[in-house]
Amino acid sequence: MRDTMGIIFTGESNISLQELTLRRSVAALPFGGRYRVIDFTLSNMINSGITNVGLITQNNYHSLMDHLDSGKQWDLDRKSGGLFILPPYVSHDNTGWYRGEIDALHNNMSYIRRSPQKTVVISGSSMVCNLTFEDAMEFHRDNMADITVIYKEDKKATNEELSRHTLIRTDESNRVWDIEVKPAVPMSDKVSMEMYIIDKRLFEYLIEECAARGQYDFNKDILIKNLNKIRILGYPYDGYLAKIDSVQSYFTHNLELFSSENFQELFHHAGPVYTKVKDEVPAKYGDHAVAANSLVADGCVIEGHVENCVLFRGVKIGEGAVVKNSIIMQDSEIQEKAVLENVILDKEVIIRKGRHLIGQECYPVVIRKKAVI
Amino acid sequence: MVTKKCVAMLLAGGQGSRLGVLTKNTAKPAVPFGGKYRIIDFPLSNCTNSGIDTIGVLTQYKPLKLNSYIGIGQPWDLDRLNGGVTILPPYMKQTAGEWYSGTANAICQNIEFIEAYHPEYVLILSGDQIYKMDYSAMLEFHEEKNADVTIAILEVPWEDAGRFGIMNTDEDNRIYEFVEKPKNPISNKASMGIYIFNWKKLRQYLMEDQSTPGSSNDFGKDIIPKMLKDNESMYAFPFKGYWRDVGTIQSLWEANMDLLEEAPELDLYDPGWRIYSRNPVEPPHFIALGANVRRCIITEGGIIYGDVYHSILFSGVTVGRGSKIHNSILMPNVKVGENTIIENAIVAENTVIGDNCYIGYRAHTDEDDMMDAKGNEITVIGENLVLPSGYKLGKGIMIDSDNFLAYQAVV
Repeated sequence: MRDTMGIIFTGESNISLQELTLRRSVAALPFGGRYRVIDFTLSNMINSGITNVGLITQNNYHSLMDHLDSGKQWDLDRKSGGLFILPPYVSHDNTGWYRGEIDALHNNMSYIRRSPQKTVVISGSSMVCNLTFEDAMEFHRDNMADITVIYKEDKKATNEELSRHTLIRTDESNRVWDIEVKPAVPMSDKVSMEMYIIDKRLFEYLIEECAARGQYDFNKDILIKNLNKIRILGYPYDGYLAKIDSVQSYFTHNLELFSSENFQELFHHAGPVYTKVKDEVPAKYGDHAVAANSLVADGCVIEGHVENCVLFRGVKIGEGAVVKNSIIMQDSEIQEKAVLENVILDKEVIIRKGRHLIGQECYPVVIRKKAVI
Repeated sequence: MVTKKCVAMLLAGGQGSRLGVLTKNTAKPAVPFGGKYRIIDFPLSNCTNSGIDTIGVLTQYKPLKLNSYIGIGQPWDLDRLNGGVTILPPYMKQTAGEWYSGTANAICQNIEFIEAYHPEYVLILSGDQIYKMDYSAMLEFHEEKNADVTIAILEVPWEDAGRFGIMNTDEDNRIYEFVEKPKNPISNKASMGIYIFNWKKLRQYLMEDQSTPGSSNDFGKDIIPKMLKDNESMYAFPFKGYWRDVGTIQSLWEANMDLLEEAPELDLYDPGWRIYSRNPVEPPHFIALGANVRRCIITEGGIIYGDVYHSILFSGVTVGRGSKIHNSILMPNVKVGENTIIENAIVAENTVIGDNCYIGYRAHTDEDDMMDAKGNEITVIGENLVLPSGYKLGKGIMIDSDNFLAYQAVV
């Protein structure tokens, strides 16, 4: 896979994630106790042997850049290749704002052209999974595809869920014959994972073609318009997939990790998941601590009761506090005798002594960053 | 010309034979400590936090794990263009080569390394101590006193004074006498084995010492006494805070257990003085339904189904259903099966313990006795062992791959 470069889009629309993405992109959203969503996409690329990764950023990318730094934690501080962060910029033919994926790619054509690799793996950053692209690449080559779309057949998904995604329909030879972007009435349960494999020369050609016509949408203008002209195939992925597309799905997917199957699949399946190191102290449990069915990161100090919780780094749970079915992000503090249930606390929130916050399983309460309650 | 005011030399070559199987295949400074650290993280982090960025690490005994742990020093922010961390093993010279014959000899053989930085001062550290210390304060003290050497001292309880090298000082902290393990101590100021020397002075004494027949080439035994005799300007820098020499099983176990106190004397949470370490790439630890974890330290990668009380679990440790871990230290990647009991034990890296085992077995078991155990007679299990299901090991026994079958208790 040294002959493959990676491109990651991080500008996904995020209205349904509400306050969680008020000041950060979906890619920078904390997930699974010590990660951000982007860590999974990046680790997938690294575990596949890709060492040249371009990361396209759009809005609110400060926390993302802060997290990624030089790419050292992902082993992407390379002399040849490595991590390239590609934010929008202003010049005589750029607006300083990416009008769509293709605009973003077109604005970074020099980076893409200069990269010596022959194949490109493109990925969005709101699909959390642990895979390598090697099998899909083999499929791509063996079937002489022009573009391979990695998808997951999601039989359990509701129509409402499906209608937040791009859906594909394939024939028995895996050829994609229909693509719908966020359809009101979904006709398929094959969800595009927004991961594509494409030959770089074709990629460059298609971008130039679309840009010249003022077309900027990857799905609509590159894929849908060319369904009959080029060979677009679907590659089925059947491992664990968490689609981060709403507060509800964010909540359920975090709490799903307590199943040891999901845990193994997401954290160990194809390779380790890398993230920024914080040099936190190991977690400490007090004399009266009760913990069950919970994921706990370093730096936590637990004196109270936690059950079905994901605790990010540096969370404090005071004595007598009871926290159930909740996601508590980095450095939040829950003081003595507070009671929390079905709650998502963003970073650095303080819940004062004895306060009660109860959400519903189908509608968790979200508390914004740095709030004091 | 690269100039550094102060260069640190970290003595990390000792075998640490008193740690038994824990140092069978690894140098003492690489022994895991406190859930996610290794002993050497403490002096390295202290250097970084004190603004000392040039460190020579003198290795000799079983250095592989230590070398790969230190790497280019990135976890401690010691991957620098100028300076940083350099590993200094013994080497061949034109005519012959020799091992480091003593602490002073190790420095003497690396004069070239030190001179490359043209330092005014050299800080000598050891790799077997757990403490947080601001060396820059000590350096300031050294400059203020215009000393030739400053020795960090700790006031130890009087009854322990006989176990240390004791400094007798005047009211200005000037050292006038040094007594190794005195029977009747007149001071309780124990040397911590941390020295700052004026480099020119030290260089001169090192050269002299090398040509002194019969010298053991040791700082404590030769260099310091000689300097005292010559009436050099020697001062004691009083250190206050937590400091432990973890050279024995007992002291290593106790220093680990100290971290489990309500408010440990060694505060590892201080954001202004972080202890850095090479972090394993592991997910958060998982506490399963039915597990029971109290008064313990657990780090990332752990998967806990059983009971853990008053124990320290390093990264990647798993504890199976129905197992009980009490007063124990489980080092990285130890796997414990189901319904196994481990009491008052240290289990070294990567060891796998089967189901229904009993480690730290004693003839009479008494619940209260177990809770109050002060760690006497600690059972120690070496690294990379696979103990079969049903294995029982009596308390206070130390086993490794050569003898673990011989010690299996018959119950």
